[in-house]
Amino acid sequence: MRNIKTIFLREIRAYFNSPMAYIFLVIFAIINGYFFTNTFFLINQSDLRILFGIIPIVYLFFIPAVSMGLIAGEQNTGTIEIITTLPITNSEFVIGKFLAAFTLILLGLAATVVHFITLVYVGTNVDYGAIFSGYFGLALIGAAYASIGTFTSSITENQVVAFILGVFVVLVFYLMDKMLLFVPSGLSGFIQYLSVEYHLSNISRGVIDSRNLIYFASVVGFFLFLTVQSIEVRKWR
Amino acid sequence: MTDLSKNFGSLEAVKSIDFEINDGEIVGFLGVNGAGKTTTLRMITGFLVPTGGTVYVDDLNILDHAYEIQKQIGYLAELNPLYSEMSVYDFLEFIADIRKIRGKQFKEALARVVEQCGLKGVVHRTISNCSKGFRQRIGLASTMIHDPDILILDEPVTGLDPNQIVEIRGLIKELGKEKLVLMSSHILQEIQVTVDRIIIIHEGEIVADGTNEELMSNFMGNVHLTMEVKDATIDSVSNIESAIPSVKFLNSEPKNGHQILHLEYSREDDPREELFKFAVDSKWIILSMNPHTANLEDIFRSLTVTGGANA
Repeated sequence: MRNIKTIFLREIRAYFNSPMAYIFLVIFAIINGYFFTNTFFLINQSDLRILFGIIPIVYLFFIPAVSMGLIAGEQNTGTIEIITTLPITNSEFVIGKFLAAFTLILLGLAATVVHFITLVYVGTNVDYGAIFSGYFGLALIGAAYASIGTFTSSITENQVVAFILGVFVVLVFYLMDKMLLFVPSGLSGFIQYLSVEYHLSNISRGVIDSRNLIYFASVVGFFLFLTVQSIEVRKWR
Repeated sequence: MTDLSKNFGSLEAVKSIDFEINDGEIVGFLGVNGAGKTTTLRMITGFLVPTGGTVYVDDLNILDHAYEIQKQIGYLAELNPLYSEMSVYDFLEFIADIRKIRGKQFKEALARVVEQCGLKGVVHRTISNCSKGFRQRIGLASTMIHDPDILILDEPVTGLDPNQIVEIRGLIKELGKEKLVLMSSHILQEIQVTVDRIIIIHEGEIVADGTNEELMSNFMGNVHLTMEVKDATIDSVSNIESAIPSVKFLNSEPKNGHQILHLEYSREDDPREELFKFAVDSKWIILSMNPHTANLEDIFRSLTVTGGANA
């Protein structure tokens, strides 16, 4: 547990010791703010549904960018050799890295609270429950995408390749429930269950079902497991 | 290390090597680039898993007990990768933290490695702003922060200037009094002056293993004698072998009206006195007599070009 914290803190410092974290956070806030405020005053509704619709799309590029250097960077500079020869397990290393990326995503999400505050001031009959569950859903989807980004970062030492692969895999999960028309009816239920949008829409409605939580936990667990295996396989190459 | 081997696809980088190292020994792992040095060290530290065989540290097998073994090892990787964006202090604290050295213990360990590696004055500097020499010292400091029993140093003096090389060499010698140090290099002179024992690896195989003296006595071969003489006739020169059986006549060549004779004899049987008497009897005038024995460099070159056998 202590090693996870050590890796996590090193990674967070690395984010904030370079312009990277600041650039990501500012761009994330500007894009979300622009698309949200563009329509917020026009539709005249006291909710954040527009914001909750935009953020998953911004995530598609934002999260792979945040996570692309997590392990690919270590492989590229050779520091992976320091880490893998220290008394630390691959799981501790991967979880520490993942948590750092997830924290940066949560910070990005926290910056959008300004829109919530605006809503509280100018809106009427604000449905706080739906807003909180919406944020909760965005945090879960952020965790799922961060685990995918962590995995794609582990299979290459090139950060650009890690980013492109990350966007691709995340996009597959995002578009899955929009492809249901093209899959055999027997498979559609399964494909729908794999789609993040399906689970996110349930949570955004204010329904926090254990099936949805299990889904996100499974995605995170599965991709972090693959990441650990991917690092382990390097030793055997 | 028993029967250790590593293949990368069809390439056999390390071929069934065996050796044992004891505490308080400084061992040099010598070989040309691509001989298999780094691959072997990476298997010892758990960075790579062997294709065959294994490594034992105090009866612990690296395949089953990598975590325990890594606690005892300090490893300086080839090219010395470091987290450049961190300060020296933060980097050493990070490594120490993973090694569970914290608080007061860390302060003491830091003071020790700063003193040993000469890092005073750069502790709070960002690593990317440090010179190559300092970066190498930072790498060394990180391998020693937990005062390990075993130090594995892959090309520790690469890129250092002559003064820094002397300092690091002194430090390694000092550490080797108590610890097991295994250092690799492709520079013979470096290994020769630093270590107690040399293991020469070539194309993934150990071709020699022993102390400086052992290698010399096992691989040095015969003495080559170059004699410059005046007034030597062809007949008298051809009589050398029959007059002195321990001498082998190789060839002769004229030089400025004199003769240069190339002779060979065994190191155990020095015939120079007899040669002198023979020259007097044959009415030669000896102008010079230069014996030449193979040095470690000749041995290294011959072993890493043609292969050889263990000492």
